[in-house]
Amino acid sequence: MSAAAPVVELKQITKRFPGIVANDAISLTLEKGEIHALLGENGAGKSTLMNIVFGLYQPDEGSIEIDGKPVIIDNPNKAIELGIGMVHQHFKLVEPFTVTENIVLGMEPKKGLKIDYKSAAEQVRKLSEQYGLQVNPNAKIHDISVGMQQRVEIMKTLYRGADILIFDEPTAVLTPQEITELMAIMKRLVAEGKSIILITHKLKEIMQISDRVTIIRRGKVIDTVKTSGTNPNELAEKMVGRGVTFKVDKQPAHIGEGILKLSDVRSKSKDGVPVLNGLSFEVKAGEILGIAGVDGNGQSELIQAITGLRKIDSGSITVSGKEIANLSPRKVSEMNVSHIPEDRHKHGLVLDFTVSENMVLETYYKSPYNQNGFLNKDVINQHAEDLVKQFDVRTPSIENKARSLSGGNQQKAIIAREIDKNPTLLIAAQPTRGLDVGAIEFVQKQLIAQRDQGKAVLLISFELDEIMNVSDRIAVIYEGQIVGEVFPQDTNDQELGLMMAGSLKRGGHADV
Amino acid sequence: MEVLGQLLNTTLVFSTALIFAALGGIFSERSGVVNIGLEGLMMFGAFAAAVGGYYAQEAGMGEWAPWVGVLSAMAVGVIGSLIHAVASITFKADQTISGTVINFLAAGSTLYMVKLIFDGSGETPLIDGFSKVSIPGLSKIPVIGEGIFNSYPTTYLAIILVVVIYFVLFKTPFGLRLRAVGEHPSAADTLGVNVNKMRYIGVMLSGLLAGIGGATITLTTTGTFAHNTISGQGFIAIAAMIFGKWNPLGAFGAAVFFGLSQAIRNYVQLFEWSKSIPQEFIFMIPYVLTIIVLVSAVGRSSAPKALGEPYDPGKR
Amino acid sequence: MSRIKKIFATDTYIIPLIAILLGFLVGAIVMLIGGYDPVAAYSALFKRVFGSPYDFGEAVREMTPLMFTGLAVAFAFRSGMFNIGADGQVMIGMTAASVVGIKLGGVLPAFLLVPLAVIAAGVCGGLWAGIAGYLKAKRGINEVITTIMLNWIALFLSNYIVRTFLLLQGQNRSEDNPASLSMTFLFSTFDNARLHWGTVIALAAATFFYVYLWKTKQGYEMRAVGLNPHAAEYAGMNVGRNVIKAMFISGVFAGLAGAGEVLGVFHYQSVFAASPGYGFDGIAVALLGLTHPLGVILAAILYGTLTYGSAGMSFGADVPPELIRIVIGSIIFFIAAQGIVRWVLKPFYFKRKKEKVL
Repeated sequence: MSAAAPVVELKQITKRFPGIVANDAISLTLEKGEIHALLGENGAGKSTLMNIVFGLYQPDEGSIEIDGKPVIIDNPNKAIELGIGMVHQHFKLVEPFTVTENIVLGMEPKKGLKIDYKSAAEQVRKLSEQYGLQVNPNAKIHDISVGMQQRVEIMKTLYRGADILIFDEPTAVLTPQEITELMAIMKRLVAEGKSIILITHKLKEIMQISDRVTIIRRGKVIDTVKTSGTNPNELAEKMVGRGVTFKVDKQPAHIGEGILKLSDVRSKSKDGVPVLNGLSFEVKAGEILGIAGVDGNGQSELIQAITGLRKIDSGSITVSGKEIANLSPRKVSEMNVSHIPEDRHKHGLVLDFTVSENMVLETYYKSPYNQNGFLNKDVINQHAEDLVKQFDVRTPSIENKARSLSGGNQQKAIIAREIDKNPTLLIAAQPTRGLDVGAIEFVQKQLIAQRDQGKAVLLISFELDEIMNVSDRIAVIYEGQIVGEVFPQDTNDQELGLMMAGSLKRGGHADV
Repeated sequence: MEVLGQLLNTTLVFSTALIFAALGGIFSERSGVVNIGLEGLMMFGAFAAAVGGYYAQEAGMGEWAPWVGVLSAMAVGVIGSLIHAVASITFKADQTISGTVINFLAAGSTLYMVKLIFDGSGETPLIDGFSKVSIPGLSKIPVIGEGIFNSYPTTYLAIILVVVIYFVLFKTPFGLRLRAVGEHPSAADTLGVNVNKMRYIGVMLSGLLAGIGGATITLTTTGTFAHNTISGQGFIAIAAMIFGKWNPLGAFGAAVFFGLSQAIRNYVQLFEWSKSIPQEFIFMIPYVLTIIVLVSAVGRSSAPKALGEPYDPGKR
Repeated sequence: MSRIKKIFATDTYIIPLIAILLGFLVGAIVMLIGGYDPVAAYSALFKRVFGSPYDFGEAVREMTPLMFTGLAVAFAFRSGMFNIGADGQVMIGMTAASVVGIKLGGVLPAFLLVPLAVIAAGVCGGLWAGIAGYLKAKRGINEVITTIMLNWIALFLSNYIVRTFLLLQGQNRSEDNPASLSMTFLFSTFDNARLHWGTVIALAAATFFYVYLWKTKQGYEMRAVGLNPHAAEYAGMNVGRNVIKAMFISGVFAGLAGAGEVLGVFHYQSVFAASPGYGFDGIAVALLGLTHPLGVILAAILYGTLTYGSAGMSFGADVPPELIRIVIGSIIFFIAAQGIVRWVLKPFYFKRKKEKVL
């Protein structure tokens, strides 16, 4: 192995963005037939590095060699020519197109002027068989599962003859079973002579599948080690730069009376497809109920139903015994319900408002902010100053636009606003997505602090680790139903995974 | 029966310009660029056709002269659309504003040039334009023969283009790429499809087709170009495109519908009972119908997903 | 002090200025191509406006509806909507002022009649725009299309009302309107230029625009809806109601423009052959003024100067007045495509920085 040149060699790659060095003299080699993990926190520079390899960005300094030959990769076409393929974290699939159309886009087989869909589908079917992917060439993207969509992404690279595959956080949206299947696919790819770079921040996967690991932190390579010679604790420490505890500190819960109660909630999408399918559960004061599930099984709709953003067809939703189903979002908010939304840019903040203005987004109409129809700017600013201080929101001033804050600080601002409302029920949807370890710890601590103050907390997350660590009780959602309720100490990833995939039901209100 | 054939024929005369412009709009918007500038592009086309047609006629080109007009309209339409393309694609300007700019510049520059070329006159000299062409045999079919197969060459061209563009959009690699760029530009980009290039082509094709649309009006209806030659047709073409769900066949149907509502306005005045209706209300028909149609049709659900968003590869 | 510094540090103000210069430059080039003398033309333009008290007064008259329609378009823009229909709203406002003024002229004393006519114009303009707002809020229909269609409908509806109910026998216009907004006390100073109270109302409207949007609870809501309707909805604001309200207020501004024209300038209403075009000018003014009320007033002054002066240009230098539309279109183009202006400015910025280093 050492005799042949590495398939990819990155030499001293440096990439600067205004105000930040995203990659600082990064060097890395990928050997043929190897699975090389690239480990780092959100924002450590992994994605920037891979976008450079894939030709989406140009490095400011440094060089790239493929099979020992120096190359310049100035656009994705060049990368494709060199046999590099990328499986993006956020799938880049055209929804209304078929699997085949997505795969051949840009390299369509032709018959006369027309696209030769017949031979295209045939090629797709062959590739699918060769790597055991089981993809239906004629299915439309919006009709297939997330796991299948990822396989389409993989096939897009294979169709272009890629030998070097980059997987960017590939397991983020998969169930544990789908992750196992993906690992098998990756092994098979390597066995067929491909080489893989796996970008991830999940240590478990690295230990399971990779041959070597390169750890980067704040744009710099910290170390490259053989997987067989390391352990998760050592990797974590290198990634974060200090000792990390995997378990979140928390005292036993003091559970009080029921606060949020849903029974047999049903709702349909615009097209008449049921999205909430007789959903029932309860959250009590002083507990965190975690909703586990694969993206798209009704989580968003569930939150919308509780917060008044979606009408339900039947069933009941009560907060502290009062019916809130089909009330307006404002009315629900006034029932002491706080909501940390899933998409902070789209739903949580008005990015072009100042931090100060964002802090009163839900309370601007109340005294003392509103006086006879006019806003009292002094009071609003003072309130913002207080929250910024109390929750350590890093901003040059409260007059800065929310857009200029980092993701972690934006999330802190939202959490400050929502917790400041002193809610009886706090709904947190994906509250740590895209944050670095420090911010994640902060957010999780805040959730636990709320629970310790006797608030009911509903946590929705796709990250199983988070659900397992933070929740006092776990409810699993599948196709708009709660298919199981378990305690974190009585279950494991495998069992949760089976429930999330709909093949196991356990306990709770679900009619089994 | 005879009236019905005539009505159909007039409908097609009115529809033809709308069909061209709506097809143009489809190319632009399918690639992800809103084109509210269709009105201005039609104005450019109408102007160029009047001027080009006039000089060709003066040069003694006879029945070929209107075709020179069409070619001039295509060229000027494309040049006009480039302003929109540069602003909204290269410089990422707001697409609605940049389309509005086209409408402004077209209104100003066409009249400026008319006055410049024709010694201060506000109108181009009257030209012959196209004559209707009967298709042997087919034009003898009752109603349809009179209605369809005895039309201006531009009408035949429009109908052929509907089919051709449908084929291009849905059967060819070019069409697949264009639609991909309008739906999910970064997906297309990562597969090596040049997003900006596709969008430039989309916008330029919209200029070309809207230009022909404008030419149709000068060369088959008015015979001259003045400040009111194009008055709202571009906007109705946008409505036709939306109503037709960004599909050439649908847009064709919608354009014919709007053409019909305009034709009815003329025909209804032939009847005695219509005298009791104030003419203004008859004039309103197409516009009221447009709103009613939009109210009853599905909203933007079928619009290209990335419509209106400048593509920024750094953003994911 | 630091505030003043901030104003000059940002390029928010520089870009429109450069865009205006570039626009004039494009106009000059177009004139050169056409064989005209741009210097003579531009100086004729400004001479026309500032040459006599009458012309100056008339230029102010020209600016007034532009202020209103500019504010109308800008207000809708701030709330996330593109109101292309100010034109129709102006016509509806005119018609309302005509109906009230002419029909109630013999019944009410002037001090009631005039305010009533003005209010009717504003309210009717607002309701007309509100139709588009309603269709957007309830049915999700793009307001661009509906407001354009409503322009046509307003044109025909206004003509119908004038022809049927208000017609001066044998003429293509309404009877004279007894309600008057004219500032007759200024007529001697400005040589009978048609100055009217509408200008004052427009300045008041700009003040209202600023205070309402940036100082009140409702304005806060409206800006939130305009900047991010999703977040506004999540925060418990009623997006649909704000959309309708914003369009209504936008339409009120436009309707008041109509009142000014009918009650202050013409004192009757014509049967229109085509749309008078106030609304489209309003789009230009709003974009030119960066949709800020103060900017809109300044932009209206510029635009009014250019359009009123363009007549002098065609008279003095024989240049077709349409040239001004090219100039204005170019200015908006450069403002919209700010990248081009930044690109033009780049060498200057670099120079300045280098100087600093040295």
